[in-house]
Amino acid sequence: MGNIKWDEFFITGDPLILGAQVSIALTMLGVLFGLTYLKKWKWIWREWITTVDHKRIGIMYIIAAILMFFRGGIDGLLMKAQTSRPEMGLLSSQHYNEIFTTHGVIMILFMAMPFLIGLMNVVIPLQIGARDVAFPQLNALSFWLFFSGAMLFNISFVIGGSPDAGWTSYFPLAGKEFSPSIANNYYAIALQIAGIGTLMTGINFIVTILKMRTKGMTLMRMPMFTWTALVTSGIIVAAFPIFTVALALMKFDRLFGTHFFTVSSGGSDMLWANLFWLWGHPEVYIVALPAFGIFSEVIATFSRKQLFGYKSMVYATVGIALLSMVVWVHHFYTMGSGPGVNSFFSLTTMLIAVPTGIKIFNWLFTMRKGRIKLSSAMLWALAFIPTFTIGGVTGVMLAMGAADFQYHNTLFLVAHFHYVLIPGVVFAVFAGLYYWWPKMFGHMLNERLGKWHFWLFNIGFNVTFMPMFFLGLNGAVRRSYTYSAESGFAPLFLLSAIGSVILAAGFAVFCYNIYWSIRYADRNISSDPWDARTLEWATASPVQHYNFAKLPEVKSFDAFWQMKKNNEGLTLKDSEIEEIHMPSNSGQPFMMCVIFGVVGFFLVFEWFIPAAIASVGIIVGLIYRSFDYNDGYHIPVEEISKTESTWRNEKGEVHKHVG
Amino acid sequence: MSANVNTSLPLEYQTHQSRMNILGFWIFLGAEIVLFATLFAVYAVLYQNYAGGPTHQDIIMIKEVMIQTLLLLTSSFTCGLAIYEMRRNNVKGLISWLVITLLLGAGFLFMEINEFIHYIHEGATMQTSAFLSSFFVLLGTHGAHVTLGIGWAIIVIIQLIKRGLTPVTARKIFIIGLYWHFLDVVWIFIFTFVYLKGMVG
Amino acid sequence: MEKEVKRFPVSHVIGFLASLALTFIAAVIALKTSLSFKAIMWIIGSLAVIQAGLQLFMFMHMTEGEDGKTNIINIAYGVFVAVVVVVGSVWVLTSGHAAH
Repeated sequence: MGNIKWDEFFITGDPLILGAQVSIALTMLGVLFGLTYLKKWKWIWREWITTVDHKRIGIMYIIAAILMFFRGGIDGLLMKAQTSRPEMGLLSSQHYNEIFTTHGVIMILFMAMPFLIGLMNVVIPLQIGARDVAFPQLNALSFWLFFSGAMLFNISFVIGGSPDAGWTSYFPLAGKEFSPSIANNYYAIALQIAGIGTLMTGINFIVTILKMRTKGMTLMRMPMFTWTALVTSGIIVAAFPIFTVALALMKFDRLFGTHFFTVSSGGSDMLWANLFWLWGHPEVYIVALPAFGIFSEVIATFSRKQLFGYKSMVYATVGIALLSMVVWVHHFYTMGSGPGVNSFFSLTTMLIAVPTGIKIFNWLFTMRKGRIKLSSAMLWALAFIPTFTIGGVTGVMLAMGAADFQYHNTLFLVAHFHYVLIPGVVFAVFAGLYYWWPKMFGHMLNERLGKWHFWLFNIGFNVTFMPMFFLGLNGAVRRSYTYSAESGFAPLFLLSAIGSVILAAGFAVFCYNIYWSIRYADRNISSDPWDARTLEWATASPVQHYNFAKLPEVKSFDAFWQMKKNNEGLTLKDSEIEEIHMPSNSGQPFMMCVIFGVVGFFLVFEWFIPAAIASVGIIVGLIYRSFDYNDGYHIPVEEISKTESTWRNEKGEVHKHVG
Repeated sequence: MSANVNTSLPLEYQTHQSRMNILGFWIFLGAEIVLFATLFAVYAVLYQNYAGGPTHQDIIMIKEVMIQTLLLLTSSFTCGLAIYEMRRNNVKGLISWLVITLLLGAGFLFMEINEFIHYIHEGATMQTSAFLSSFFVLLGTHGAHVTLGIGWAIIVIIQLIKRGLTPVTARKIFIIGLYWHFLDVVWIFIFTFVYLKGMVG
Repeated sequence: MEKEVKRFPVSHVIGFLASLALTFIAAVIALKTSLSFKAIMWIIGSLAVIQAGLQLFMFMHMTEGEDGKTNIINIAYGVFVAVVVVVGSVWVLTSGHAAH
């Protein structure tokens, strides 16, 4: 078995990593013990691991995303601690390289994406009045492949070593010549596995939204979040194959000695950068667009007004999607392509500000003269608008090819994209979580703790990243593990580090809020606690597994609001209940997760024969699925009628007029 | 799934689930277009970087490539005939044409593998130059798709024999037909922009 | 939607013959004529696109069924992205200093 020295298999010698190893081992033992002690093995297998229910899959995505948020956040805190003082010795340069690499990869691909895909999973079928997604078992497979990739990537820092070439993993640095250890194989293979899952999610949601809308739900009556999910899925399908190929070529270069991105034998290192950003820029919109959709829902609900400029919002979303495919070069203007190239991409990049600006104004006009309710969810949406605008405006500064030569690879850029991605994605998933939490679990998150969470996180975020604009303008470069006292950077770096502690405190309050609310929150709430506008609120909280006893009929935009206003379609007669067909659970997706993980692990260590043997398992899994003719099962009328009567007859339910 | 059977449509379109599967597969083909386009882009950037190794004219065996092209073109035609027979509810004809399609596909694959072995004997390997890396990976990806298609089609034919022509098996065959035609479309571009272009420039 | 299937698969045969003809014309133009490289590439490139269209419309029946329109948008979008990827990559990586 090839070229791994067994004494280097486990990373040893670093107290930080030793601590992590011990805590991983203890946590795993704790989980195993807990499941056995509480006799929950059957329950977790039957209710969660084999589930094909979109709501449960969504919740698993969200749990995984919160865990990854924690991991990526620790990486961020370590970076901030290391740069808090000049010539700090907390981390070595190598360790710092590893940490900014994993921070980037985890936050984008294993936190932002699954968080949004999780919310999409929970909400989209409900919003369009469907009982599940188009391909429920494929949906489970998507989740489990994402999970497999995420776990494979996460074990890198204790087994074999973390990738250390940045989340962009540029060649030639990421190639075998300059990164001879297996660490960067983790990057190529883990992202590949997760990427397959994401691609299938994209296909699944396009078909779901196009083919499973309930009666009367025309495209132009779809809620904004559904629209953004549809467009995002389109970008996923267009962009992820590019990344799939780029990662495969990276593997060929690293594992089989080809010359795609090498400096010798005619390879082109910038070809990697080109392919990476051909995927990477659309990826930014893959995470940003659904976030815009969430804000649209939250702002309309808590302003108690219909979303302003719905049509322009739809066109702006589609416009952003198309433009997102033709701006990728702005990530590497300094490569020094011709003036024609840099000018073209400056222009297209600045054009993106137009549809984005339209959206900002639409949100503002939605709030105008609205009866605004300052709930936690709404606070995130309110804070998003000014902070995201700072991110956007600095983006237009960076868009100018000539000016970019000054900003490139400085902390100005780092501050810019954190000002885009944190308000644009993290604020959105928090808003979405506070907003849809009662739909998922039947109780609310604590509003008081929510406000603490909001203010700490927001203040912390601004204190952390605002100084980085100025550090960058003063010449501080990114990805540098330290700096000298003479540089004069120390005060702003310290301020930024202090901010990160406040940020972390905000996240801690969020975690505590989840804990508190699960234990103590009032379970006796209405299924429509926010007096909301869209169909997901037209059914029970938490949602019964078949979603709707009778599929709702849509007559206008803001369907549920109109139903409440006209008092129609809110009640259910026993005679209207029919048998409901549902898909069966399956263990196959989880098995595929395990097999993909094993194959990936062997490939990381370049053990080709075991990898080949294990990949037979993938083929067996596919064949098994092809021969699987399980057609699901039917829920009998009595069961539906019983379930419906328990939630519909409770006090305070919404089946009455709204003002 | 059993509900909403619309018998006025061809068998493979009769259930809502089938229509969703077919649409989903078309969207997957959209993703495949981008996947192959990326490989073509890589090839287009690197195709003259011979790094002192063999060039196109040194290695390409255009006669064999012409035969491969004919095999694949014909298999696409016979695959079309299989679907045509399926719509006439002629299971025997359907299976016969499918088997012919697969034999033609296997012939193509056999020739492609021989072509690769020949190149390697000439000293043109994936590791020789950037041109050859991109050349082999583009062709190899197409070849891997053909291999997968053959295996997949065999599995579906087994189901067809076991279960007869039902809305589900008809849909599965229709989808693999789409896949097979798509591989022919990709080959047209490989033939034009790799082989013919290589012989000209 | 064709409800009654004709006795002879006319469109398939026409499609097959046309694609054979297109393939041979392309091969002859590329291998046996002495046109300029650019002219040859434009001609055989166009022939390839026509042949791909034949496959999509005559063999794959892209426009049939209730999702015909969706299929056209989907494939057109795929082709748009494909063109961006190929033409864009070549343009970006072969102009200016990047070419050296």
